Amino acid sequence: MAIRVVKVARPEKMSFGESVYLLEIVKGLGVTMRHFLRNMARQENIPTIEYPEVRRVMPARFRGCHRLMKRPGGAPRCVACYMCATACPAKCITIVAGESPDPKIEKYPVRFDIDMLRCVFCGQCVEACPVDAIRMDTGWYTMPENTREKLIYTIDMLLEK
Amino acid sequence: MPTFTINGMTASVPDGTMILEAARQIGIEIPHYCYHPKLSIAGNCRMCLVEVEKFPKLQISCNTVVTEGMVVRTDTEKVRKAVTGVLELMLIHHPIDCPICDQAGECGLQNYYMKFGLHKSRYALEEKVHKKKVQDIGGQIVLDAERCILCSRCVRFLREVTGTCEMEFFSRSDHSEISIFPGRPLNNNYTGNLADICPVGALTNKDFRFKCRVWFLKSADSICPGCANGCNVMADFKGDILYRFRPRRNDAVNRTWLCDAGRLEYKKANDYRLLTPVIREAGQAIAAAWDAALFTTALRLREAIEAHGPESVAVIASPQSSNEELFLVRKLAAEVVRTPYLGFSSLTPGRRLEDDFLIKADKNPNSQGARLLGITEEGFVRTVKAISEGRIRALLVFGSGLADFSDGETVALLSRVPFVAQVATNEGALSRAAHAVLPSASFAERGGTFTNFAGRVQRFQPGFPPRGKAKNDIEVIAGLANQLGAGWKFAGEESVFRALAETARPFSGMSYESIGDLGREARDGGPPSGGR
Ligand code: SF4
Ligand code: SF4
Ligand code: SF4
Ligand code: SF4
Repeated sequence: MAIRVVKVARPEKMSFGESVYLLEIVKGLGVTMRHFLRNMARQENIPTIEYPEVRRVMPARFRGCHRLMKRPGGAPRCVACYMCATACPAKCITIVAGESPDPKIEKYPVRFDIDMLRCVFCGQCVEACPVDAIRMDTGWYTMPENTREKLIYTIDMLLEK
Repeated sequence: MPTFTINGMTASVPDGTMILEAARQIGIEIPHYCYHPKLSIAGNCRMCLVEVEKFPKLQISCNTVVTEGMVVRTDTEKVRKAVTGVLELMLIHHPIDCPICDQAGECGLQNYYMKFGLHKSRYALEEKVHKKKVQDIGGQIVLDAERCILCSRCVRFLREVTGTCEMEFFSRSDHSEISIFPGRPLNNNYTGNLADICPVGALTNKDFRFKCRVWFLKSADSICPGCANGCNVMADFKGDILYRFRPRRNDAVNRTWLCDAGRLEYKKANDYRLLTPVIREAGQAIAAAWDAALFTTALRLREAIEAHGPESVAVIASPQSSNEELFLVRKLAAEVVRTPYLGFSSLTPGRRLEDDFLIKADKNPNSQGARLLGITEEGFVRTVKAISEGRIRALLVFGSGLADFSDGETVALLSRVPFVAQVATNEGALSRAAHAVLPSASFAERGGTFTNFAGRVQRFQPGFPPRGKAKNDIEVIAGLANQLGAGWKFAGEESVFRALAETARPFSGMSYESIGDLGREARDGGPPSGGR
């Protein structure tokens, strides 16, 4: 997929009309009205979607919430090498490594927590992983919760996604 | 003293010096695996090849003696190509387990690959020879034969240093494999060193296994607190948790080795720590603020002095304390409390293993320091006698335990004293019985000096600030003394050491600079003289 880069030229100074913002608000309301009237006129292909029941399909390279991959047997693919935690600029990945009962695996993550509140969605963790165990391809971009604790994703949550 | 030229630089080195050592001395690094300064020369890894003028072929620098007029080059294309070739050969069957290998970050293969290799593998993954992985071979060691580069350092260590010869190579060529003899695991007290000397991740430490990636660790130059030998170590920590000890080279003390028991001594600074001051009144333990705890302790000491005289107060020093702390303890006992009851015990519970190499029977790092400062074991015996006769009304104890007393003996003895205050790092029967517990910083959280069994004064450096509410012993002792009206002004261990060097004869003329990184012998008497 080719990437198209759009360069937007911004004016050095805002004109008087722009600086009072009134015109911009009217313009914005105009867009809202246009969508409203279009939705009223015909019901299929409406621009407004019923979020969160309906979600937009994000582009393939969109960086959303993380997930951890599994091996064919169901064990986590992650080998607890700490590469992601080392690369992470937000220092939001906490790993505790342990000795796996399977000698072929040797090292596995006993704990693997991502503090989503601190994550900046940079994707460095995905880049760093030597075994493609962590991905950000879930397409999920919002995660509203009512407590902070629920936004610390544990290994079980990450393996489920 | 032959004079030779290396990469255009001229230098003179002592007779018999090998090129590799000579180059190291003038700051030129020659890559090597099998060479180790404290083991015999094997010359089998071929990484240290250098070009020597008038020699038809490249020479191994670890085993070529420098001669007069020799011209050596380590930076030519020929050398580089040879080294890259050797490295490629070593990596042919290597599993490249780096993600799960504890050596990653301090691995000879990784480091040299980045410097000299950077080649693409020409060997198919499926054709690699596989060997036995994850073998518990006894001691503190896990063996992964696949990662071994057959340098024979481990074999030579077990032959030359411990003399136990547990490991050997088996099979031939590609299938050569390092292993122990069937059914005969490592059996010596120095196995941990194998993980240090193995240049790759074939031998790794069981205790450290998977605990932490090495690049997260910071390191403080320290002294092992495990016995009177005072082995030099690097204490590796992350945050306020210690993860391991690694030996620090000091040819006069431990060379580059460390015993297995000592290697686990770091745990003392992590586990069962006293972290808040506690006052125990009517059997009820209450966490207290530092000011309140110091005030209460000083008050009870003063009450005892006023009601029953200074000989109703006793002070028990700890050989786990530094020279600086012991100096202040002695000062406190002699000048502030003015009690004749001051002593320490070098005994510890459990078996006191000893050998003729590093391990000493005295399991304290600073018994000799206490002796040189005039604190005696005889004083301890007298104090214990006075306590059991009920003559002591208030007792100030340093250290986590009392000599080799069992928990029961400790409790029985302390029940004879109306007020016991303890300054210590770790909990135990003593801290559960004491009326005031003043938590102090561990060896990794404070600085100072220890005097080893031979009278060598060595510094240990703080790694991180005291955990929890623990405080530096110097602050605690000075705080107590000042509550008792002493008016001391000590700021940090260096100022205490200066006062110590001025007044205590064995330490006269010493300073932190003259002790340096590797320590210096204390004088047993003799006239004071300036620093070396
Ligand atoms: S996306 Fe970036 S910030 Fe978030 S966990 Fe990965 S590396 Fe850290
Ligand atoms: S980089 Fe990959 S394998 Fe390594 S700890 Fe992170 S997720 Fe696991
Ligand atoms: S010894 Fe370990 S860290 Fe070194 S290259 Fe091999 S697998 Fe990687
Ligand atoms: S196990 Fe380590 S020290 Fe022993 S021969 Fe192999 S690479 Fe060398």
